[in-house]
Amino acid sequence: MPILVLAEHDNVALKPATQHTVTAARKISEKADRAEIHILVMGQDAGKVAEAAARIEGVAKVVLADAPQLGPQTAEILAAQVLLQTGTEQYSHVLAPATTFGKNLLPRVAAQLDVQQISGITDVLSPTTFVRPIYAGNALATIETIAGAIIVLTTLSTGFDAAPIVETGAPIEPAKAIANEETGVRLVGRQLARSDKIELTAARIVVSGGRGLQKAENFQLLEALAAKLNAAVGASRAAVDAGYVPNDYQVGQTGKIVAPELYIAVGISGAIQHLAGMRDSKVIVAINKDPDAPIFQVADYGLVGDALEILPQLTAQL
Amino acid sequence: MKILTPIKRVVDFTVKVRVKPDGSGVDLDNVKMSMNPFDEIAVEEAIRLRERGVATEVIAVSLGSATCQETLRTALAMGADRAILVETDTELEPLAVAKLLRQIVLKEEPQLVILGKQAIDDDSNQTGQMLAALLDWPQGTFASKLEVAAGKATVTREIDGGLETLELPLPAIITTDLRLNEPRYTTLPNIMKAKKRPLDILKAADLQTEVTPRLKTLKVEAPHPRKPGIKVNSVEDLITKLRNEAKVI
Repeated sequence: MPILVLAEHDNVALKPATQHTVTAARKISEKADRAEIHILVMGQDAGKVAEAAARIEGVAKVVLADAPQLGPQTAEILAAQVLLQTGTEQYSHVLAPATTFGKNLLPRVAAQLDVQQISGITDVLSPTTFVRPIYAGNALATIETIAGAIIVLTTLSTGFDAAPIVETGAPIEPAKAIANEETGVRLVGRQLARSDKIELTAARIVVSGGRGLQKAENFQLLEALAAKLNAAVGASRAAVDAGYVPNDYQVGQTGKIVAPELYIAVGISGAIQHLAGMRDSKVIVAINKDPDAPIFQVADYGLVGDALEILPQLTAQL
Repeated sequence: MKILTPIKRVVDFTVKVRVKPDGSGVDLDNVKMSMNPFDEIAVEEAIRLRERGVATEVIAVSLGSATCQETLRTALAMGADRAILVETDTELEPLAVAKLLRQIVLKEEPQLVILGKQAIDDDSNQTGQMLAALLDWPQGTFASKLEVAAGKATVTREIDGGLETLELPLPAIITTDLRLNEPRYTTLPNIMKAKKRPLDILKAADLQTEVTPRLKTLKVEAPHPRKPGIKVNSVEDLITKLRNEAKVI
């Protein structure tokens, strides 16, 4: 039976999270007689997205449901579209990225399928056995599902590399779009950050700031360092709570989980919930004036000192 | 208008849990338990809607062992009007919780159910969305702003890359994100008052709901520890190490 991956996109471009989810699907496929991987693209005028999805290595087919009612991508109608697809073709697994897109949509699908979803997996041990972090990453659970039912999973990008893009695309098959059900849900609008901002979960280097930066304006020092390193900017929950930066900067258990090559934590004490979001980074640098801050326990390189003095020096010397 | 706020009793967010040596789970003996922080935000939001005259009654509900009464009393001390405990010693998965909550919703007929977006123990982030699916209600997840008027909920959602605003017809499901509000502290007089508020106890078995676990936890282990790091003395030293030793810049 094939494996279905739900594509994340904005009707214009495919989000890289989808490539990571395809890698998880390939890991399942390798252990399940090379089951085919299909991608479902749901949107409006999303042909370009379908073409991009078709070029992800390992994808056998893209199913494109393209209709005006799918454009706003609200959970109610997308869930109905996924159910239409799982009713049309039998799948062994349905996967989506554990981003706000997947987190919002997939449990709605799982409940309608009467299936207990497994959220945020980081490894595939067999087609029915998966590893996922619990308790803010302080424990890893190995979970087995009951065989027989369709398996519904969200995948953390930190557990799976992005599947490469290839030259020749897989076939794209149009799907019948779900009728425009009167859900009554209306998308009023979206306020999105600049599109040139490097996405946290996809960045090779992340620089994050905490309460130690003392005020919102001081995040400009961090932005300057990020620009120099071509890095994404993150923040601790404390910095978000203090109103220094918007919530989508948040790295941690309740924000984004990242695992870049280099993570630089500036003025971050290292609360459990923050460590949960970055402890799998390859190299961790901590800059903090408190030599006993817990962040130093996970840091490969620690520098004790005032973040506001060190940041400009670091930016200047790079 | 009634608002239902389901709450979960979890390990306090300040506790660093330890994995049991036999790999069967995490050690919860003598560990401080509290209301899930996102559920506190849900209770606070419901109470504020009542204080603004939008809602008339706030009902807190929890599912689990008898000890959850303590957590429900916290919700009552914050200002919930009454509480319901669905008592069970079976470990409940999110789908089972959503199914039991559906029964409570059908009985109480609230116009809004406000839940935390995720519990900080299993980090599943599923229950609200599942309840919405089972009731065939619209959902506004990860809310950072909520307005309720004229039979509609206008909810601003925290999404990757920014914010999204949705308008949902009532009844609806809302799940809370961090910035929705800052929950109030409970005061001693309110804790005393809360003791007199009604707390009904139902047996999960009486709700005729299939709650058998669908998943099996084979083992729980500690994450791989990181190699101990070093302290550097200067910015120059740090840059040299990152270039020549770690080779990441």
